Amino acid sequence: MTPISISFLPLTDCAVIAVAHEKGFAEEQGICLDLIRDVSWATIRDRLIYGQAQAAHLLSPLAVAVSLGLTQHRARIAAPFKLSVNGNAIAFSRSFADAIGGDPIQRVLNPAATVQRIKEVLPHLPRRPVLGIVHRFSCHALALRYWLGYAGIDPDSDVDLRVIPPPLLAGALASGEIDGFTAGEPWNSTAVDNGHAEIVATGSRIWESGPEKVLAMREDWAEANPDVVDRLLVALDRAAAWADQPANHAELAGILARPAYIGRPAELILRAFNGRLIVSPDGVEMDEGNFLLLHRHAANFPWRSQALWIYSQLVRWGYLTHSDEAETSASAVFRSDIYRRALAVGTTPLPGASSKVEGSLPIEFPVASQRGRLTLAPDRFFDGRVFDPTDIGEYLAGFQPKPLLI
Amino acid sequence: MLHCSIGKGQVRIAIVDESELRAAVVEDGLREAGFSDIIRVRAQGAFVAEVEKLNPDVVIFDLGSPSRDTLEEMLNVSRALARPIAMFVDQSDDSMIGAAIEAGVSAYIVDGLRKERVRPILDLAIRRFNAFSRLQKELSEAKSALADRKIVDRAKVMLMNSRGITEAEAYALLRTAAMRQSKRIAEVADALVTASALLEGKSE
Repeated sequence: MTPISISFLPLTDCAVIAVAHEKGFAEEQGICLDLIRDVSWATIRDRLIYGQAQAAHLLSPLAVAVSLGLTQHRARIAAPFKLSVNGNAIAFSRSFADAIGGDPIQRVLNPAATVQRIKEVLPHLPRRPVLGIVHRFSCHALALRYWLGYAGIDPDSDVDLRVIPPPLLAGALASGEIDGFTAGEPWNSTAVDNGHAEIVATGSRIWESGPEKVLAMREDWAEANPDVVDRLLVALDRAAAWADQPANHAELAGILARPAYIGRPAELILRAFNGRLIVSPDGVEMDEGNFLLLHRHAANFPWRSQALWIYSQLVRWGYLTHSDEAETSASAVFRSDIYRRALAVGTTPLPGASSKVEGSLPIEFPVASQRGRLTLAPDRFFDGRVFDPTDIGEYLAGFQPKPLLI
Repeated sequence: MLHCSIGKGQVRIAIVDESELRAAVVEDGLREAGFSDIIRVRAQGAFVAEVEKLNPDVVIFDLGSPSRDTLEEMLNVSRALARPIAMFVDQSDDSMIGAAIEAGVSAYIVDGLRKERVRPILDLAIRRFNAFSRLQKELSEAKSALADRKIVDRAKVMLMNSRGITEAEAYALLRTAAMRQSKRIAEVADALVTASALLEGKSE
């Protein structure tokens, strides 16, 4: 048995790692998993960089940012497997949601109209809205910025973005410290159930196929241990396939409800898996089919174009300046080559390409696959923009990048 | 920079910890080592603003606190600190950082503070964090040992009363039963006391 320690944060999208351990998929591959429950991304990052854990459940933009040297320590990260696609939401306090008005379900279904409405009411609010984010280098924060930016709301000056750990968000909203937040589940549903929040947008409506968490490793460790990495990926692939089966969702929610994982009621955790979200304390419920993807539609495949989209947003918001070197470096974080090598044998369909134009599929779409039948999920951005990874410069020109922050 | 030439008493250290007791233990150690400008901050509410205002040279932070991301964000955007902040002592100092993570402590250091001046502070924090968790473990072990002894005593008294045997004989009975069932004596005693309470209709 090869011992491997993986650190994770108590969030719904740690599901695949938990299942690999609890349902014996890791053991099947001769791997003995030691799961370390952490409480901050900074600590997960440090454990990974300094070798206290071999792998981590990590925010995909943080994997890119660490590799580019945008956080405390620079280290090359390899992300050969996505643990989840989508899964985030934006929740506002009831009074902020009231100020925007409109039908709760329509608000979620039409992010463009909702954010335009926010722009209109912004000058009439009692204060500049304070919005909680879990980390500056998170998909939640990038999606929130993308959404606000569409309506011409400057996320750095028109609102006050504040980093608050996920378990404290609902409390911060209840106490009036913040007016809204964006987070993964079950923290939006927790705040709705507490009676203090309404879900006004979901990540899956802002970008239909947004990369969320990745399995991250140190690049040098991954290169030095190809056999272990391959076995781990096989285990995670099988765990993900199990976890994405609707028939297994109730059992999965039960596993994650334990204190060793999330420690919240199973019923609350289940909502993300079956996409049945309660968006307001009045009990308004809606179906979000692709709210969270764990395996279907090649969800685990680390498209290099998605690492590059993250990179484009980091440049857009002034975290670094665009250069060919940084672009290459960012693209190399998502290791589709390792994914292909590890899953060369098996039944999971492998995409024929490693990069694609993001935002061009309006419907489920069959694509070339080296094996099996592969259908990609719709992947549009709500504003209809298309991201061509071969021309980031032009894509960015459409946004008028902000001056460098640092 | 002024900070590099002044004595160690002038290094301002902020200890941010949810455990007041542990923070006190770390502070004591630092004072004994000759540091005098030490402030303890509870990792709650608007603590980040408080840390920012105090403008410390070193921040010692509990890894068990979820607010670490909040603190790092402040260090990233803070204009008050004006100087960049480096995590830990030196990026090349991997073994020390490993020891710190294992002990559950992190430190943020104002850039410009020399390595040899920071090392003893972090060393001390690591030692105190480790000593604290050792103490906590001993304390919980002592508590459970005490609870064990109490339950065994109760079971012995019950056996002595119901079977008219001596204390030594009662203990021997418990021990034999425990050995046969591969259990601890306290577990057998607990089962006996619970069963007897159930039979008598008392609730524990």
